[in-house]
Amino acid sequence: MPWRLLRFALSKKHPEPRMFRAHAELKRSYDVVIIGAGGHGLAAAYYLARDHGITNVAVLEQGYIGGGNTGRNTTIIRSNYLTPEGAKFYDMSVKLWQDLSEDFDLNLFYSNRGHYTLAHTDSAMRTMRWRAEVNKHYGIDSEVVDAAAVHKACPMMDLSCNGHAPILGALFHAPGSIARHDAVAWGYGRGADQRGVEIHQQTKVTGIEIVAGKVKGVHTSRGHIATSKVLCAVAGSTPRITKMIGIDTPLFIHPLQAMVSEPLKPWLDPILVSGSLHVYVSQTARGELVMGASLDPYELHNTRSTFDFVEGLSSHMIDMFPFLADVKVVRQWAGMADMTPDFAPLMGKTEVEGFYLDAGWGTWGFKATPASGKTMSYTVANDRNHELIEGFTLDRFRKYAPTGEKGAASVGH
Amino acid sequence: MKRLPPQAGEWIDRGKPLRFTFEGIGYEGYAGDTISSALLAAGVRVLGRSFKYHRPRSVLSLANHDVNALMQVSSCFSVPNVRADVTPLAEGLRATAVNTIGGVARDRARFLEWLAPFLPVGFYYKAFHKKSQFPFWERVFRRTTGLGTVDFSARRKGSPKRYAFCDVLVIGGGPAGLAAADAALRAGARVALVDENPRLGGSGLYNLGGADGERQAEETRRLAAIAAAGAVVYVSSYAAGYYADHWVPIVTPGHVVKMRARAVVVATGAYEQPAVFRNNDLPGVILASAAQRMLARYSIAPCKRAVVLAANDDGYRAARDLAAHGVEIAAVVDLRGANSRGAVPPGTLVLEGHGIHEALADSQGALRGVRVAPLARDGTLDGYQAREFECDGLLMSTGWAGAAPLLYQAGARMEFSAELQQFVPAACPPGVYAAGRVNGVHGFAQKLRDGAAAGRAAAAQSRKPGSVDGAAPSCRQERAQSGMPSHPYPIFAHPKGRNFVDFDEDLQLKDFFNAAQEGFDNIELMKRYSTVGMGPSQGKHSNMNAIRVLAKILGRTPGEVGSTTARPMFHPVPMSHLGGRGFMPERATPLEGRHAAASAVWMPAGQWQRPEYYAVENQTREAAIRAEVAAVRGAVGVIDVGTLGKIELFGRDAGAFFERIYTAKFAGMKVGSTRYGLMLDESGVVIDDGVIARLGEEHFYFTTTTTGSATVYRELTRLNAMWRMEVGIVNVTGHFAAINLAGPRSREVLAPLTALDLSEATFPYLGAREAQVAGLPARLLRVGFVGELGYEIHVPASGAAHLWDQLMKTGAAHGIRPFGVEAQRLLRLEKGHIIVSQDTDGVTNALELGMDWALKMDKPFFVGQRSLEAMGRLPRKQALVGFTLDEPDTGMPKECHLVIESDEPAGRITSIAHSPAVGRVIGLALVAPALSKVGSTLNIRIDGGRMVRATVSETPFYDPKNLRQKQPETA
Repeated sequence: MPWRLLRFALSKKHPEPRMFRAHAELKRSYDVVIIGAGGHGLAAAYYLARDHGITNVAVLEQGYIGGGNTGRNTTIIRSNYLTPEGAKFYDMSVKLWQDLSEDFDLNLFYSNRGHYTLAHTDSAMRTMRWRAEVNKHYGIDSEVVDAAAVHKACPMMDLSCNGHAPILGALFHAPGSIARHDAVAWGYGRGADQRGVEIHQQTKVTGIEIVAGKVKGVHTSRGHIATSKVLCAVAGSTPRITKMIGIDTPLFIHPLQAMVSEPLKPWLDPILVSGSLHVYVSQTARGELVMGASLDPYELHNTRSTFDFVEGLSSHMIDMFPFLADVKVVRQWAGMADMTPDFAPLMGKTEVEGFYLDAGWGTWGFKATPASGKTMSYTVANDRNHELIEGFTLDRFRKYAPTGEKGAASVGH
Repeated sequence: MKRLPPQAGEWIDRGKPLRFTFEGIGYEGYAGDTISSALLAAGVRVLGRSFKYHRPRSVLSLANHDVNALMQVSSCFSVPNVRADVTPLAEGLRATAVNTIGGVARDRARFLEWLAPFLPVGFYYKAFHKKSQFPFWERVFRRTTGLGTVDFSARRKGSPKRYAFCDVLVIGGGPAGLAAADAALRAGARVALVDENPRLGGSGLYNLGGADGERQAEETRRLAAIAAAGAVVYVSSYAAGYYADHWVPIVTPGHVVKMRARAVVVATGAYEQPAVFRNNDLPGVILASAAQRMLARYSIAPCKRAVVLAANDDGYRAARDLAAHGVEIAAVVDLRGANSRGAVPPGTLVLEGHGIHEALADSQGALRGVRVAPLARDGTLDGYQAREFECDGLLMSTGWAGAAPLLYQAGARMEFSAELQQFVPAACPPGVYAAGRVNGVHGFAQKLRDGAAAGRAAAAQSRKPGSVDGAAPSCRQERAQSGMPSHPYPIFAHPKGRNFVDFDEDLQLKDFFNAAQEGFDNIELMKRYSTVGMGPSQGKHSNMNAIRVLAKILGRTPGEVGSTTARPMFHPVPMSHLGGRGFMPERATPLEGRHAAASAVWMPAGQWQRPEYYAVENQTREAAIRAEVAAVRGAVGVIDVGTLGKIELFGRDAGAFFERIYTAKFAGMKVGSTRYGLMLDESGVVIDDGVIARLGEEHFYFTTTTTGSATVYRELTRLNAMWRMEVGIVNVTGHFAAINLAGPRSREVLAPLTALDLSEATFPYLGAREAQVAGLPARLLRVGFVGELGYEIHVPASGAAHLWDQLMKTGAAHGIRPFGVEAQRLLRLEKGHIIVSQDTDGVTNALELGMDWALKMDKPFFVGQRSLEAMGRLPRKQALVGFTLDEPDTGMPKECHLVIESDEPAGRITSIAHSPAVGRVIGLALVAPALSKVGSTLNIRIDGGRMVRATVSETPFYDPKNLRQKQPETA
């Protein structure tokens, strides 16, 4: 039992302050307004305050802290990306992740479990090798392993997958981890709050004031704010914001669903992903199996659930793990994924001066939280794109220079 | 606890005793018992241990919410997290409590409760995270968390699924649901009725309350008989969720029925809510409705001597039911003030304006008594004035929360009714109706009226959508007559705590105050930080009280605090039911048997299985493939290419349509000729390739890649819908078989089988003909994928085997040999022909392939053209090149090994193989433009980090002038 829990037993009153202050009023102006108090928005606020000394910042949130995709994803963290741009960016992210609990003094349950992307076909094995080679070049711990190694990591799995899709091997990514997703937003939120950033929940942005191509202010459900810099970090709601200022983006919003089992005594150590069977699964510290599959195949700006999702995913789970037939699914949910054509994010400066985008996070946003915060805070503070996000800017589409990450997405598309 | 004397309507069959064990001890129950009811009847008081503190727990609801009595149940294998309160008893069943170390009686983890002061809400966020120590603590956590245990020997199961349709689906077979079904049946609707209990009737058969109870039960039985006769009834079944357009999966014991209804009546009732006071979790403290279920269904007296905590009429009804079965009532404690008492048996002590200060435990941890204290004006209890009552049962009847998840999922607008102290639907979407307790209507007669109104409306709506406005609830009168079914704040602080708000997660009242103090003061954040409602019962007994507590903290109403989203599943559903039998389509060409007979070794190709090569006895895989390649190059070979997508286009605009979708030009294309085409997406990325044959002025036939057929067809259909051209598109992939006959002797093999003039002059390379081959109507395409004289012969699938046999027969003299995918891959590589998705990836554009000959940029339009034009003005990012390996002995690269230049990745190998024809290792690579000139050196990093060198070379590697595929007939 850690000593630091002692104070809870010894103190008459609960010895903890608020993690985030409540503010009755918005100020008239801020140096920076961040739209969206999810992991990304709060991380940017945190690093703006901590690394760049910019603390006159408001984070506006129409719902509550971490209530969007930060609280809806399946919490997998990895850096085994395919493009040099992606590999470097996510490698930075993973390194930041590893220190985050100590930085925040908040246990994020950052749990290093190892990550296997299963290959069921020749062509999948080729893609795994490609990813492994790129990863190794940039010092990222990835390796192609054979079916025997997969068996060793998860001996209870049916390697033939019910005969449908025998596993030939996998891309093993040792740093692959999971974390307690909500706590990430709280940690960044508390850190930002302690440094003077104001977080305003239940505050909706209704318009953005632009004069002569420059940001001048933000209209909200609680009044007008003057500011010259706006960072938009709202994932699936991005089109609603960009529409306000007439910026065109190639974003398509697709629902991404997930489901969770009842708590079971822990048995699944690694994180397993199968592109062919559309399954990714890990077991949390509470003992629940958290499972995802693939994007819904149509555009929809909605977080409704479908039954065919749980049907398909359960069927494939049982292909891999026949003994789960009597294990029960407790809950399913959905988030809105902002997909880009090349499966890389959409970050940095835009044609409107003072308007910065942190979007295009599709199905890969959670793991990027620290790196996105770090690079976006740099970009906003200096009005210059951070070098790690130069491959992710909006104008790459105008320049026909996509950053092709499709092969590294663990989600079927 | 003993069984009561036999009574009419009990669910148990005393003629069928069943033996079973719990925690290794043998017991006996009856058919019709659940595991919990049999254990209660046998006098077992502690059925499980709680999640965090491992406190002894037992039955709370006996209605599928007893998460603290989850069991591991074994027969031939072991099933985790079985809900003992509703799982039917079976002969020989073996059950143990989940989540104990060493059994439920002596759970060694019970010491965790002593640590409770150190473990405040969210304690795990506050410590254990030092990097060096987290792995240790994580192992500790992972040893202690989780509930049931997975049995790895459990066998694969997949239950069948059914589809069903009805006019009106009524969910819930209690009084309101039965009345709804009756009314809908009367209106002539096809009705389906779902109830989670094994028998219809719901509270109509157990919430009797003495005097008029029998009349109500009689009416309930009458309605149940009508429903059973007229409706499709699913008992022991529950609606897992409500999905768009009245799509409701019904989980029955054996399988899922996917129900599409025209209208839905949600009559799911309400969850009785626990009161919050110290030790409200002791075994023996139960919901009043649970006691009534025990009495009526299983003929069990819940206790010998009871205290009833009441705040509504239902509590008094329960007291009367207890008394009717001879249970002594120590006191009825009423949270309400004077003049609110209901009828009680003579001599019963009623303490109005009192509450339970604490419950007291015996040595086993079960209830032995309660301390009852008067309520102060501010709603708190005065512990100094508490009186002790001995009792072994405490019934809580202080309020209800509507079982509304399905309504939330359907998009109903819910509002908080201050009169009812309950969230009730304010407006339902079209075709969805609420009735009974979930609708805020309490009281038997009111529920019948409300149900009948909903049933009538649903039936009318199902006949004529839009005829009934479902938005405005027409139940105002019934709601008004429902009294005050729920107490606004049946929640009591105690200096020593252990007043649980959430039994799943062991959350105490102070945890909520502390969470709010830390800033988690809206309901969603509160849920996520405290984990209230995140346990297996998903907050059915905790959310409402959590909302009340938060409202109190914030000084708002529960309506202002709002509730969290109720996602499916309504109750947890086994994955075998959800997964069903699984559906993994596998396709076989009509030649599968021929390949098998020829010892094919199979490989998957999309949904298909294709011969990778044909095994030869005493020969290695490599040798067999080499022999196949040699046959094609030296004589003749056949390969089954029936897996290629095959699509036919008809219509006046067919030619113009092709102009738009392929990069090749079709304007001047003659009937009887073919073209190779690349298909691009709008960004210029290559998505497919194939051969297009013009069979008539308005008739085309073309192939796609094996994996592309469905997506290409779908995309063409989409484009045609958009462009509105006069084109008919038919996917004939399965209708036709296709065999590629290739090799210098192929003309001689084919000639005896057809009257068609095969001479190079009349049927040249890239020609297409329709003719009889081996007596079959055939389409013949002169193609050159493998780089030899060749004929791709397409015949109706039914004739494939015949054609194959005839080719093998006439080919025998020429040394014909079937060849597989591996040989074809090598043969095409020698020609430098690409395979889309192997030599290209999701961002490879057409300009990067070095196939400019296939890109007719002077056409007015094709999909991807504008992007190519724009990219044509920009420096290229990569180029596809051929290469040969310099020193094959230094190591063999594999596909996707990287090309390294100046210590940075500068490309990758996409295809590589040793070519017998060239005598070297050859390959294709996507490389940086600077490395793409013929003669450039490629430094390739192979396994183990070693470097090997290759040189960019011209393609084709073999027969660079493409003479062999145009080979004329020998005179």
